[in-house]
Amino acid sequence: MNEKERLFNSGVLVEPRKGAVEPPEDLWQNKKNGLVIIECPQRIPCNPCHTSCPTGAVKPFKDINDQPEIDYEKCTGCARCVAVCPGLACFVVDLTWGDEDNALMKLPYEMLPVPEEGKTVDCLNRVGESISRGKVVKVLEPMHDRTIVVHVEVPRSKVMEIRTIRVVK
Amino acid sequence: MRTRGKVKGLRQTEVLVIGGGPAGLSASLEAASLGCQVTLVDSDLALGGQLIKQTHKFFGSKDERAGTRGFKISEILLEELERYKDRVKVHMNCTATGFYREDGVVSCVIGEDEYFRIKPGKIVMATGAQERLLPFPNNHLPGVYGAGAVQTLMNVYGVAPGKRVLMVGAGNIGLIVSYQLMQAGVEIAGIVEAMDRVGGYWVHAAKVRRMGVPIYLRHTIKEALGDRVVAGAVIQEIDDRFQPVGKEIQIDVDIICMAVGLTPTCELLWQAGCEMVFVPQLCGHVAQRDLFMRTSHPDIWVAGDAAGIEEASAAMVEGRIAGVGVARSLGKDDSSEHSKRLEEYRRRLADLRGGEVGQKICQGLECCTVNEWGV
Ligand SMILES: Cc1cc2nc3c(=O)[nH]c(=O)nc-3n(C[C@H](O)[C@H](O)[C@H](O)COP(=O)(O)OP(=O)(O)OC[C@H]3O[C@@H](n4cnc5c(N)ncnc54)[C@H](O)[C@@H]3O)c2cc1C
Ligand code: SF4
Ligand code: SF4
Repeated sequence: MNEKERLFNSGVLVEPRKGAVEPPEDLWQNKKNGLVIIECPQRIPCNPCHTSCPTGAVKPFKDINDQPEIDYEKCTGCARCVAVCPGLACFVVDLTWGDEDNALMKLPYEMLPVPEEGKTVDCLNRVGESISRGKVVKVLEPMHDRTIVVHVEVPRSKVMEIRTIRVVK
Repeated sequence: MRTRGKVKGLRQTEVLVIGGGPAGLSASLEAASLGCQVTLVDSDLALGGQLIKQTHKFFGSKDERAGTRGFKISEILLEELERYKDRVKVHMNCTATGFYREDGVVSCVIGEDEYFRIKPGKIVMATGAQERLLPFPNNHLPGVYGAGAVQTLMNVYGVAPGKRVLMVGAGNIGLIVSYQLMQAGVEIAGIVEAMDRVGGYWVHAAKVRRMGVPIYLRHTIKEALGDRVVAGAVIQEIDDRFQPVGKEIQIDVDIICMAVGLTPTCELLWQAGCEMVFVPQLCGHVAQRDLFMRTSHPDIWVAGDAAGIEEASAAMVEGRIAGVGVARSLGKDDSSEHSKRLEEYRRRLADLRGGEVGQKICQGLECCTVNEWGV
């Protein structure tokens, strides 16, 4: 088992793979409201990302165990999948947000305390290292079920690394 | 058998369901909806089994209410039960303690000292699972808990068990309970896992990893440290044959939580003389069953974790199937309705078992399933 495999086997995505691909760059650049990134590389019996997507951007599953596949043309960045995915594996990234150094991420969040709009938070990568600061733009609870979708302004260069936030005490 | 306390006369019921978790609730609902009179007993003070401890969202498809939190699913089942309250008699805080082969009578105890005996036409055993524990030096110290106990403390009583936890086992339970502990403000010092990958869903592991929790693959706990209570733990890397290699790592924690697996609760099935087999993929001894979930005993069905450790989603469908099986054998309703429902439930089970984890379950089921008993 090499280091990469070991990381992946412990729940850290090290490179794109089936069920965990990056959105196409050209479409992404100018897509207002952003595009979804899903990181769900294992076959598991689960499909709410598909059944909840209002536009059909998450393609129909042939088998409930399939990894999600995305038709990015259809994704509106609405973040409904972010709110319902029980694996917290859906994220939306809006590259058109703010100035050219910034981007907006719509992230699932279930910890306490609930982040506050306007506050600065730590942005964590896939192994929990704080790699930058971000600003909370909006805090929503779309399904009224305690899964929060937090909109955070982050450095654009870090969108493929940041996967959650930590409230700064 | 102790007979101290009040002993009541012999009761009767068409169907006795033992265990009120997702499997037992579903079996009761299904049997009642097909016209059976059901008695449901559960040792706990509330129905729902493991579900009432689950505050996270469930996987599965819409049919099994994926994306809904576990305790909500139990509320939905209980609402449905309300509709059949004239057909389902529920006894809570009531444990089935014995099955008598000679006359098919089941003895039950309510609380601590009220006994009764009941003679059911048919029985569904939906007794769920028991936690396994791991032997290691000092595992008797206060501060060493099973994951089930930790979940009950947190999610049912709202008490955090400690400040800093070492989780042993990266199956779904270990991963989910770690996440829930973090939600309760408890720090997870690390998760150790003997295998070279997490046993639970990758996405559950990703959730805790991104909050900075290390997962030590191919490691095991060597001993607990502390005088009178847990003050730390020593973990160590292991090789292919589970032999300790590599250096020891000492971790300061006040809680060691064991999530090394569950095993089916099957005492009553043994007592009833059901044919049992050891199936590693299903995590222990399980009853041989046919496609209706009927055991080798013609009046006994099994469903849920008691029939093999799986998931609530599958437990609910198995419960439904057992419910139809029982109704069918009691000659209830028309059989075309039975076949229609069975077909639907079997399709759902097949769907649920199509993934990586499901494949293992299917292999296990092959070792303990017969098409139909020669009846
Ligand atoms: C931490 C954790 C997370 C989980 N996450 C998921 C998930 O995301 N998705 C999913 O599908 N599943 C999940 N599960 C699994 C799921 O909870 C179980 O598979 C499911 O509850 C099994 O249902 P059951 O009805 O067979 O047993 P249980 O829920 O265990 O219920 C058995 C009931 O029987 C009662 N009982 C036992 N013996 C007797 C007796 N002799 N007399 C009377 N009553 C008795 C017990 O008190 C209990 O209430 C999780 C489990 C755990 C522990
Ligand atoms: S962000 Fe909205 S449109 Fe895009 S995949 Fe998710 S639910 Fe579908
Ligand atoms: S809902 Fe989430 S966990 Fe389930 S398949 Fe979709 S992305 Fe994966």
